[in-house]
Amino acid sequence: MKANSSNQSPYEIVIEPNRKWFYIDWRGILQYRDLLFLLVRRDFIAKYKQTILGPTWFILQPLLTTIVFTIFFHRVAKVSTDGLPPHLFYLCSLMVWNYFANCLKSTANSLVANTNIFSKVYFPRLIVPLSSVISNLFTFGIQLGTFLVFYLYFKFFLQGSENIQPNLLMIIVVLPLLLVQAAAFSLGVGLWISALTTKYRDLVFLMGFLTQLWLYATPVIYPVSAIPAHWRFIMAINPMAAIVDFYRYAFFGTLALSSKYLFLSVVTTMVVLVSGLLAFNKVERTFVDTI
Amino acid sequence: MAKPIIEVENLSKLYRLGLIGATTFRDSVERWWCRMWGKEEKCSRVGKKKLVISDGDFQAGPEPNTIWALKDVSFSVQQGEIIGIIGKNGAGKSTLLKILSRITEPTSGRAILRGRTSSLLEVGTGFHPELTGGENIYLNGAILGMRKSEIDRKFDEIVAFAEIEKFIETPVKRYSSGMYVRLAFAVAAHLEPEILLVDEVLAVGDVTFQKKCLGKMGEVAKQGRTVLFVSHNMIAVNHLCQHGIWLDKGKVQIRGEINDVVAAYLSKGAMKGGQRRWRNLEEAPGNENIRLCTVEILNSENKISSSLDRRYDFFVKIEYDIFYSLVGLRMGFALLNAEGVVIFSPNDAEDIAWHGRKREPGKYMSICTVPGGMLNSGAYTITIGADIVPGGAMLWEDNVLRFEIEQTGGLQSRAPDRLAGVICPSLEWHIDKLK
Repeated sequence: MKANSSNQSPYEIVIEPNRKWFYIDWRGILQYRDLLFLLVRRDFIAKYKQTILGPTWFILQPLLTTIVFTIFFHRVAKVSTDGLPPHLFYLCSLMVWNYFANCLKSTANSLVANTNIFSKVYFPRLIVPLSSVISNLFTFGIQLGTFLVFYLYFKFFLQGSENIQPNLLMIIVVLPLLLVQAAAFSLGVGLWISALTTKYRDLVFLMGFLTQLWLYATPVIYPVSAIPAHWRFIMAINPMAAIVDFYRYAFFGTLALSSKYLFLSVVTTMVVLVSGLLAFNKVERTFVDTI
Repeated sequence: MAKPIIEVENLSKLYRLGLIGATTFRDSVERWWCRMWGKEEKCSRVGKKKLVISDGDFQAGPEPNTIWALKDVSFSVQQGEIIGIIGKNGAGKSTLLKILSRITEPTSGRAILRGRTSSLLEVGTGFHPELTGGENIYLNGAILGMRKSEIDRKFDEIVAFAEIEKFIETPVKRYSSGMYVRLAFAVAAHLEPEILLVDEVLAVGDVTFQKKCLGKMGEVAKQGRTVLFVSHNMIAVNHLCQHGIWLDKGKVQIRGEINDVVAAYLSKGAMKGGQRRWRNLEEAPGNENIRLCTVEILNSENKISSSLDRRYDFFVKIEYDIFYSLVGLRMGFALLNAEGVVIFSPNDAEDIAWHGRKREPGKYMSICTVPGGMLNSGAYTITIGADIVPGGAMLWEDNVLRFEIEQTGGLQSRAPDRLAGVICPSLEWHIDKLK
C-alpha cells in the first residue's frame, strides 16, 4: 500500500502488496492528526471517568509507591540514596520511570487491543501508539508538579538541604529533551512488542514481569554510585539508566554517569525506535488476517 | 472518457486455513527447528490431516491449506456509479472490501482509488462507552477520516439525524441499542468521501431508521459519489444500485446491470425439479460429523415437486448421515424469496420427542410441514443449515433448491391476482351488515 501524490487527485491511493520495507505513511499520519488528538482526549477522559478521585490518582500513585519504597528499600534494606532525602530521590526517579513504564504498557498493547477497530477501518496504525505516548505526558505533567511541590518544600523550608544542588540550565534545556528521548525509547520498545504480540500472545503475560525486572535493572531505587564503575557501561546500554540518572543530576546535582553514557543511550534509543517502526510497519499491513 | 475512479487489476488474496500460522513462541521455535534439520513440520502435518480444499478446486492455493479468497479480480468503476457486490458467504466480497479500504494487503495485483475514500464496514467503530454522544461523534468521525473542522460543521445535523438531541451529554453506555445504532449511522451517513465502501451495515436498526438510511444513501448517490455496496439484501441492492458485480469463489462472474446480475445470482445453483441429491459422500455439504444426502420439496400429495399450489401444505424433507453421536443438533432451513429476503428459518428442535436426545450414527430424516395459505406467490429458494447448541455451525449450503409458489387464488374464492406483501396469509374475516 502506498499513497502516490504525483497524480491529479491529491487522494490517489495505489494498493499493492510488498510495499518497500522502509515506507512509512507520514502523509497519512499528518492527514489524521485530528484523530491523534481526539484519541489522546479519549484516553484521558475514559481512564478516570467513574473513579471517585479522578486524576488525583495520578498524584496518589507515585506518592504511595514512594512510601513503600522508603520503608522497604531505605529503612529495611538500607539501600543508599546518595545522601538525599529518600522521598525526593524515589519521587524523582519514579516520575521518569512511570512515564516510561506507562507508555510501554499502552503502546505494547496497541495492535492487539484495537483489533476490532483495525479490522473495520483504515487509518495509519501508528496513530494509536503515538497517541498513547502523548496522553501519558499529562500523567507525567501532574507527577512533575507533585514532585516540584515536595522538592521546593525540602529545598527551602527544611534543614539539611545543602546537598541539593539544582542545575537550572539542565532542568530547562536538557530535561525536556530527555523526556522526548524516554518517549521515543518507550515507543520503540512498545512498537517492537506490539508487532511481536500479534504473533506471540505469550508476550502479553511476560510484559508485566519484564517491566518489573527492567525497573530493578535501572537505577530507580538505587543511585548509579552503587554500581561498580566497570559495570556502568553495561548498565548504560539501557537508555533509561542515563535518563533517570540525568533527571536526578539536574535536580540534585549528583552525577555519576559521564556524558559518553548519555551518548550511548541516545544511540540505543535511535536504533530501537527505527527498528521498532520498521517491525511495526511490516506487521501492521496484514496482521488482521492472522490475529 | 475520464480515468475510472476505481481500477482493480488482477487482485488476488491468499489466505491460510486453520492453525498453520505459529501462534505461540514455542510453535515458531519448533517450525524453525524442523526446517533447520529438514524434518517435516508438525504444524503442516496437523494441517494436512484437516485438508478442507481438495487439490482439484481452482480456489486451492499454491500450498496445501491455502485458499484464494480472491483470484485475479479485475474491474473498473466510473465516477458516480453505485455498484452492488453480491455473492454467497465466502465468495470474497468482504475480502475485496477490506483490501480496497486498506485494512489488509492483497497477495498480488493492484488497485487504484482516485479519490478520498471512506469505508463503512461497521457502524460505530471506535465508540467508547464512557464518552458522551457528542464526544463519540468526534472520535468516530475522525476514525472514519473526517477532519475536526468538518465534524464541527456537521455536528448539529448529525445530532438531529440521529434524533438524540436530549442525550448528547450522556455517555453512550447508557444509550438504548436503538439510539446507539442511530448515532453510529448518523456519523457514517454524514461522511462526504468521493468513494464510499459499504458493507452490510444496513442490517441494523429498526425499519423506519433503515429507510431513512437508505434514503440518505440514495442522496449520496445523486451527489455524484461512487459507492461500492456489499449486501445480501437484494431489495436494498436493487433499490440503490444501477450496476452490480457477482462474485463467486473469489472470481467475478458477472459485471453488469443490477437486474441481470441479481437474476443470474438467484437462479444459479438452485436446481429446478424439487429434489437435490448428493451421490458422492465427499462432495456432499457437511463435515466429518454430518453430511447431507437428499433435500426434497413434497407437495400436499407427497410427490416431489418444484411448483406448489399456495393453498395447500407442502413439506421440506432433509435426509442426512450422522457419523458421530451428536447432542443438541438442529437441522433446519431458511426460506428466501426472490429478493433474497429470509421469510423464516425453522429447525427441527421443534420436535419435542427428540428434545435433548442423542442422535447416534446413522441415516436420519427431518421433515418440516409448511402450512398452506401463507406464502405469497413467487419464486423461493431454500438454504440448508445445521448447527449444534452450544457449539456452532455444522453445515451450511446456500441455494439448495428453488421452487415456485403458484398463484392459485385463496382458499375459497379469492380473485386470482397477486396481493402485495412478502407473505399472503389466509386470514379470518367476518362481514356483517350493520344497517
